[in-house]
Amino acid sequence: MRLAPTATRPAANPLAGTIVRGFSRYGLITVFVLAVFGAVLLASGKDPLKAYADTFRFTLASAYGFSELLVRVTPLLFAAIAVALPARLGLINVGGEGQLYMGALAASAGAFQLAAAPAWILLPVVLLLGFLGGAVWAAIPGALRAAKLVNETVSTLLLNYIPPLIVSYLIFGPWRSPENSGFPQSPRYPKAALLPSLFDTRVHAGLLVALAGLAAYGWLVDRTRWGVEMRAIGGNPEAARRLGIAVPAWTVAGLALGGGFAGLAGMGEAMGIAGRLQQSLSPGYGFTGFLVAWLAGGRPLGILLMAFLFAVITAAGDILQISQGLPYAVVNILLATILFVVLASRSAPRTSK
Amino acid sequence: MLIAMKPPSATPLVELRAISKRYGEVQANDRVDLSLYGGEVHALLGENGAGKSTLSKILYGFVRADSGQILLNHGAVDLHSPREARARGIGMVFQNFMLIPALSVLENIALHLANLPAVLSRKAVARRIAQFGERFSLAVDPYADIRQLSVGEQQKVEILKLLMAEARVLILDEPTKVLAPHEVDALFRVFSDLKAAGYAILFITHKLREVIRCADRITVMRQGRVAGRLDAPEADVNVLVAMMFGEQGVEAAEPPELRPASVVSTAPPILELRNASCRATGSETALRHLDLCIASREIVGVAGVSGSGQKELGDLILGLRPISSGSKWMHGEDASRWSIARMRGCGLAFIPEDPLAMAAVPGLPVRENLVLGTGRRYWKGIGIDWRALEAAMNDSFGSLQFARPPLERPIATLSGGNLQRVVIAREMAHAPTLILALYPTRGLDVRSAVSVRELLRRARDRGSGVLLISEDLEELADMADRLLVLFDGTIAGEFKRGAWRLEEVGHLMTGTRQPIHPAAEAGAAASV
Amino acid sequence: MTTPLVAGLLAGAILSGTSLLYATLGETLVERSGIVNLGLEGLLLIGASVGFALTAASGNPWLGVAGAAAAAASANLLFGWLVVTRKANQLATGLGLMFFGFGVSALIGSRYTGAVISGLPRWRPAWLGDVAWIKSTTLFNYDLLTWLAVPVACLAWWVLFETRWGLGLRAVGENPAAAFAAGRDPAALQYQVLPLGGALAGLAGAHLSLAVTLTWSEYMTGGRGFIAIALVIFSKWNPLWAIAGALLFGGAEALQLQLQARGTGISPFFLDMVPYLLTLLVLLAWGGSRRLAAPASLGRTFYGSS
Repeated sequence: MRLAPTATRPAANPLAGTIVRGFSRYGLITVFVLAVFGAVLLASGKDPLKAYADTFRFTLASAYGFSELLVRVTPLLFAAIAVALPARLGLINVGGEGQLYMGALAASAGAFQLAAAPAWILLPVVLLLGFLGGAVWAAIPGALRAAKLVNETVSTLLLNYIPPLIVSYLIFGPWRSPENSGFPQSPRYPKAALLPSLFDTRVHAGLLVALAGLAAYGWLVDRTRWGVEMRAIGGNPEAARRLGIAVPAWTVAGLALGGGFAGLAGMGEAMGIAGRLQQSLSPGYGFTGFLVAWLAGGRPLGILLMAFLFAVITAAGDILQISQGLPYAVVNILLATILFVVLASRSAPRTSK
Repeated sequence: MLIAMKPPSATPLVELRAISKRYGEVQANDRVDLSLYGGEVHALLGENGAGKSTLSKILYGFVRADSGQILLNHGAVDLHSPREARARGIGMVFQNFMLIPALSVLENIALHLANLPAVLSRKAVARRIAQFGERFSLAVDPYADIRQLSVGEQQKVEILKLLMAEARVLILDEPTKVLAPHEVDALFRVFSDLKAAGYAILFITHKLREVIRCADRITVMRQGRVAGRLDAPEADVNVLVAMMFGEQGVEAAEPPELRPASVVSTAPPILELRNASCRATGSETALRHLDLCIASREIVGVAGVSGSGQKELGDLILGLRPISSGSKWMHGEDASRWSIARMRGCGLAFIPEDPLAMAAVPGLPVRENLVLGTGRRYWKGIGIDWRALEAAMNDSFGSLQFARPPLERPIATLSGGNLQRVVIAREMAHAPTLILALYPTRGLDVRSAVSVRELLRRARDRGSGVLLISEDLEELADMADRLLVLFDGTIAGEFKRGAWRLEEVGHLMTGTRQPIHPAAEAGAAASV
Repeated sequence: MTTPLVAGLLAGAILSGTSLLYATLGETLVERSGIVNLGLEGLLLIGASVGFALTAASGNPWLGVAGAAAAAASANLLFGWLVVTRKANQLATGLGLMFFGFGVSALIGSRYTGAVISGLPRWRPAWLGDVAWIKSTTLFNYDLLTWLAVPVACLAWWVLFETRWGLGLRAVGENPAAAFAAGRDPAALQYQVLPLGGALAGLAGAHLSLAVTLTWSEYMTGGRGFIAIALVIFSKWNPLWAIAGALLFGGAEALQLQLQARGTGISPFFLDMVPYLLTLLVLLAWGGSRRLAAPASLGRTFYGSS
């Protein structure tokens, strides 16, 4: 599957050229989005121009709005890396949802167990556990694929459903919050486990981790010897095997690494935003992350831009629900339509740039 | 409906006039004329790249000619698609069979019948298959799945397909490439049955001897043009060679003259398989109780019809397939459980049958493809020492006298021959002790094939051991110091240079004679 | 004592399994032509929501059924246009269809949440209804869709293996080039099977909202689409085997409901996990060999490199 290009950018190319090329492509996609969004709004009997204005006002034009965008961007970045990294190996990870919940779960367990520890211990611990939770959960489909038992697309999909159920079980049971609130949730995490927030907003340090992760992912694939092996497997696993690359080990490792990032998304949402473990941790970040990664062609810069775009769209969905009575479901239709338009406009198989 | 016996017809069934076709810079066909008459075998002879394939594709409607005419029974037609060609009675058997392995013979044939009823009637189709099968020596089990059939049987199904779809003109593209000598005899018997019934056969090949055996008329192509036309009585090897190659003769057209025997190797073996077996799934061939050794300074050839286990043998030695019983030894150490990386690290080089599919990664540039398979040699911290790699590879290309393509080119844009050269340069860069070459000259033009063979001989002379798996018996006769015959996953025979005959080997290749082991090796298990 | 349990289980299995069977059949036919549709979940939701909405609005459940089938068939045609004519990546397009289904179904269903409908009428042949141990259960007291499920599966099998059209379809799924060389039009065959598969998926969704739950809620299909996709593999792309698979998984779900109803100590959440774990286990046990049974040309990207 051509989710990610396998050719590296030759070192000689000026950075400027690539930025221009990237922006023109993503710029085009953005224009599409605006047009389609407008059409959908018209079809729903709403005023597109007012919608654009409202959206702009409440997202990009205000500091609070922009910070809310960043809040949405953070888990999307993680979820997109969770898809893009394994994709370099030709692996398809649609299990971001489940891996996300697993990460939140593992991190929560750590936070509750070590409740008394100080922040400089607890924070790294929950970060690590968040990563490991997702990584282990993704390693299962990886192992199944490496053993040629089950295709990872199917297994990651099926495994999506289990961690949320485990979370539900826990917050209805052993981890039920003693507070008598309307809906079930875990008790608050110890303060030391909470991710510090940036600039007094809801944006948390997870964003920095996500950006660092994005850079690390790009550098891993393009500049290290592991990256060569990964791209070799993604380009031609038969040949890679014959050339002595340990493909089964990489299959597990690739999915695990990806899952780890999804786990960090979960940990970020739990320890950075919600402050406790809840059922509604993710409105489908796993799947939107897939779309972000796919539209971005797996490239780090593209992931950043597309994540922003999706953040604006979902924010618009919320805003317009309030300001114009637009049902939130329209967001899903919009995302689907964008994807369809992009898919329809590519008449040839994607070539690597 | 079976066609009554007829003499060769007076008017051509199909006529191609002044057919031309250009692909980019290459003039694949240049004003070619060809006439096919009923009741005869017309051979289209030429080397790889002469334009035979293009012409046949045009005749079959796969490709449209740039200019020229196709006349059927004197009427000009424009063939837009194979469907149309078939509707007009032209059928083609390709080199790669267009059969569907998961479906049965009956279903594959039914797929091609023009007036198949909406509800299938398997018995009726089976009956017709039996009728045609008997009439034209093409008997086959209608209910067998294609993947269970041998290559020769699959070819029969292909021909049946065409006959039952009421083709009158049959085009066969290199049909004998995958057949053993006596299967070729069977095919020629089919030809004469078909001739007698008035069918026209276009036999596309580059094999001179077969053409002389069975063709009634011969058209020779060279570089897109018709280089000459002959009737059967006039045909002889030298005339045909002259037409095919112009004035220069090439080794490939000469009789398989044996080169002087090289010094018999007495060195300890580099690679040994002792009673090795490996399992197989699906359409693979299981290897059973193989005893094999390759010593330094020798080329061991392996002959066999396709599907005898060649791919599995290569994969077993490489380490891709696990050994289920027996053992594998490399440089005197038990290598049965070694990883591929370790085998390569110990000096194993692998030249696969399809380099783009098996030894190169299409999306990566040449530079990165060159570093793959070199193990840890060029690791520098977490990166790669590109400079050292470049230097080493330049040396390799230089010593092989190959031109090195630009490093940044995506490897998928290289031609087949150039790609093969890159793979070979990479594999030979670190003085390998053992070279596994599977069909290394397949698909190469004559010059490249000759240079690859030279290269393998030089490697042998310098001390490497070479395992050469090939479908070309002439090539094996030329190159091999020892020849093994692989059949159905076992070694059916072993011969020293100069001590074997084509016919004998052919029978061993198809399992129609008891295996013999003249070089008695203790413990070699009889297979059949 | 056990008879009621077994009978109850069987009845529940058949009821649950009906929508699974229709969904699996739809996907099987489409996959036989070489196309993987991961958006099956979206199609089910479209079927469920459209069916429910039409029934609530008109009072006629058959209108709902017809509308569900038509709506899902159209959605599948859109998917088909992207995948066949625009040659888009099947996976991404399938996920897009899933999102589309989420959104459209939520939009359509939102107006009717909480509406009360009478659903599809049930019917039991008199001679069965008189048998003592059957009388007290819901066994064989089914709606038309359930009664037709197995016959439809048999029909699907027959069409695939005993007709010229089915042969062509299978050929396209195995090797489109060979099918084309044989004079079939791969794209045309795919365009023919896609609305058929979509309609079956629509029926599956309609059955859920009109015969099983008699309500509508967002995401009510709960992953059945993905289980159906796994069932296609489990049944080796053979409609007859799909019957067994649907029954098995319907049974798992029924068991889960029975256990919950009887108040065992097991948390309902763990019981909810059973279908997915079971699917995975089944694939584990038999998945390896199944790969060889797949149509050789099945959305090449689906099986990646294997």
